[in-house]
Amino acid sequence: MATYQLNVNGERREVTVDPSTPLLWVLREDLKMTGTKYGCGVSACGACTVHVAGVATRSCVLPISLVGERPVVTIEGIGHDPVGRAVQDAWVEKDVVQCGYCQSGQIMCAVALLKHTPKPTDANIEQSMGGNLCRCGTYVRIREAIKTAAERLK
Amino acid sequence: MPITTTNANDLPLNRRNFLRASATAAGGLLLTLYLDAPATAQGQSQAPSAPRVYPPDAFVEIKPDGRVVIQVNRLEFGQGVQTALPMILADEMDADWSQVVAELAPAADVYRDPVYGIQMVGGSGSIAHSFQQYRELGAKTRAMLIAAAATRWQVRPEQCRTEQSVVHGPNGQSAKYAELASEAARQPIPTSVRLKNPSEVRLVGKKFRRLDSRPKCDGSLKYGLDLDFPGMKVAVVAHPPVFGAKVKSFDDKAARSLEGVQEVFEIPVASGGTGVAVVADKFWPAKQGRDRLKIEWDSSGVERADSTQLWVKYKDLARTTGNVAVARGDAQAIEKISAARRIVAEYEFPYLAHTPMEPLNTTVRFDGDRAEVWAGSQFQTMDQAAIAEVLGLKPEQVTFHTEMAGGGFGRRAVADSHVQREAAEIAKRLRTVPIKLVWTREDDVRGGYYRPMHLHRVEIGIGADGLPAAWRHVIVGQSILAGTPFAVMMKDNLDPTTVEGVSDTHYAIPNFHVSAHNPKVNVPVLWWRSVGHTHTAFVMETLVDELAVRARMDPFAYRRKLLKPEAKKLRAALDLVEARSAVWRRRLPKNHAVGVACHESFGTGVACAVDVSIENKRPRIHRVTVAVDCGLAVNPLGVESQFQAGVSFGLSQLMAKGAITLRDGVVEQRNFDSYILPYMPDAPVAVDVHIVPSTEAPTGCGEPPVPVISPAVVNALSRLTGKRYRSLPLVAV
Repeated sequence: MATYQLNVNGERREVTVDPSTPLLWVLREDLKMTGTKYGCGVSACGACTVHVAGVATRSCVLPISLVGERPVVTIEGIGHDPVGRAVQDAWVEKDVVQCGYCQSGQIMCAVALLKHTPKPTDANIEQSMGGNLCRCGTYVRIREAIKTAAERLK
Repeated sequence: MPITTTNANDLPLNRRNFLRASATAAGGLLLTLYLDAPATAQGQSQAPSAPRVYPPDAFVEIKPDGRVVIQVNRLEFGQGVQTALPMILADEMDADWSQVVAELAPAADVYRDPVYGIQMVGGSGSIAHSFQQYRELGAKTRAMLIAAAATRWQVRPEQCRTEQSVVHGPNGQSAKYAELASEAARQPIPTSVRLKNPSEVRLVGKKFRRLDSRPKCDGSLKYGLDLDFPGMKVAVVAHPPVFGAKVKSFDDKAARSLEGVQEVFEIPVASGGTGVAVVADKFWPAKQGRDRLKIEWDSSGVERADSTQLWVKYKDLARTTGNVAVARGDAQAIEKISAARRIVAEYEFPYLAHTPMEPLNTTVRFDGDRAEVWAGSQFQTMDQAAIAEVLGLKPEQVTFHTEMAGGGFGRRAVADSHVQREAAEIAKRLRTVPIKLVWTREDDVRGGYYRPMHLHRVEIGIGADGLPAAWRHVIVGQSILAGTPFAVMMKDNLDPTTVEGVSDTHYAIPNFHVSAHNPKVNVPVLWWRSVGHTHTAFVMETLVDELAVRARMDPFAYRRKLLKPEAKKLRAALDLVEARSAVWRRRLPKNHAVGVACHESFGTGVACAVDVSIENKRPRIHRVTVAVDCGLAVNPLGVESQFQAGVSFGLSQLMAKGAITLRDGVVEQRNFDSYILPYMPDAPVAVDVHIVPSTEAPTGCGEPPVPVISPAVVNALSRLTGKRYRSLPLVAV
């Protein structure tokens, strides 16, 4: 067990956990922030995506010991960011979700995409979102919602 | 004040004639024969002599602040019933939609599916079976509110009208529903009510966004896996590597040495096997603990299924006639047709895992004389009974909360309730402690309950008109129903879910023989979204396309010629798809091809046209136009959404690594890195959905999107390459 000082959604948080514990499980079980989802545990589905120092990161394979000082932003905090809010609103407007379980990760990836590519092409979208699995298959509306958000953010 | 009725609990629930009692090892459950159930809405099937009175208070509560809380008698796991069922009720009730809140109902008799007789989601029956029920509930609630207002104002009920959660009287009076709720609760429940005529309908048939969108977009919605209770422990189970194997011995020293690990013990698991449960204060130590167990397994006397060997066996079986599903016309007709005018085709379909995004889980707390359960379940009635059985309780001693689930596709509708049984076994040991059992993704991918492997062998004799004159079809695949309480649906040893989509084809084939073998294999199998249609539609639609090519006919025209005149829904869907895809089909880029397919399942007719090219040796799906005839579309936005996304689910079958295979009894895939499903680049770039206008009773839309897409894509590929694709997954184009 070791104690870590984290910066999550702009707040200082302290946790004492096994150093191998992935950030995902620290968020979910120690910080009780369950918006970040467990889908595979092997970085193959993207349901656990959060931003670490602004980079879309699979939290299920990032041990807490490697997070360090880097700020972590989760789905619970992304709505405070103008791009994050625009993406969430576009998701609601386009009625994207079905079961919704993957959508936290989809939204976090989409926000990261729009932050460095404000006017994404279809190819940009496929490249950035291509590792996020939606078992319901809502990809058509995810694509539309990203374009809608990009339009709104102009 | 909630609307309450004094005699609500005394009202009997009438069960249908076709509801059959089935005593089972799992504990004597009442089940229905779902194939006996009409595919159309309840209104047509309900015997007039068996009126059903549901107490509205079990479904509707009007809060003092005006919110109208509607109980949904189903699991919501993406299909949208949590929005569509409240729309139906709120419409008849004339409730203000902006004030409607939907909740998932717990397990209780009153929430049983009116047709199936158990509380469940399956067979695309949610709207089809509860449309009439929810209309009546809404109308009764409205009538009681009007009765309360009429009494208050001393006017006749007929003099009152309602709008947006307000009752208006004849002399300018008005009262909000919330003000009338407690008085309405004292009114008798009307035994019959007039339902709205189409001109009075305000919500049904219009597009409404989902009620659960926002909390699913900001991380606040709690799924079963997200639940947390004071003192809760998390359990992970080491399952046997071969189905049915048992623990011979285990060494848990390393596991127990981990901080957080509390208990390690053996429990019974599915298929008669045993496993080792690791209980810890959190998931990570539980999983770490499980990974450090040293277990010696005993698989003696357990069949070690092997895909390669099964194919050999299945191919042999397919050359013999199985249990006969259809024998129409002359069985020997095919022999009279020359070899040059015959097609002989063998198709292979692998095991498929459902892999819903939210891994399987159940939380149970056992307090000795009662238990409480939280689960995203498609089978509340059965899961509740199974937990009760494990804990030595009666079902009514088990409070069962329905939790929002992250997908399911059939995987949360398991007749043996094996996940719930595992959770109950663990909770039994750790009395009073809430136990959350988590199946890791590896448990899920390797844990069985797959769409069965199937082999089809089809011989077709083509008539002079280019249409099939004789068709002999043998299907080999494990029975989904055998050995479950649903086995009562089998007739003459034939599992109807093996042949559905072929035996009930809407194509007019004069000499038609369909039979099936249901071999027993030591791999648990289950319905996978659209069940038998997953493979039967593929076979039928690729063969019909091949026949159209041989006849040098347009794929739409050929299908229309072959369809029975009474196949109205398929004809309507086919016509609509042809019209709506006409523009893009005319302007098809070079090296693109069109693929067409149509199929009816669960009473819903679907047709699609796809624009496909080949990129990096894989199909690239540029566009899909879908038309659907599902009767009245309650929420057209939801229907559109189911079809836009459901086609991607259907494409799972074509993924190069979209198969579960077994070698010497062991599943070869382990996670999403080896069982690879469609991601955005594998899915269609655009899907436009067109709904056939209809006033017929609504039919389901959860499963019908799945069957059509794979054959349509493969038909396009065949036009590009000249090859036929009869073996899935699609390893090479």
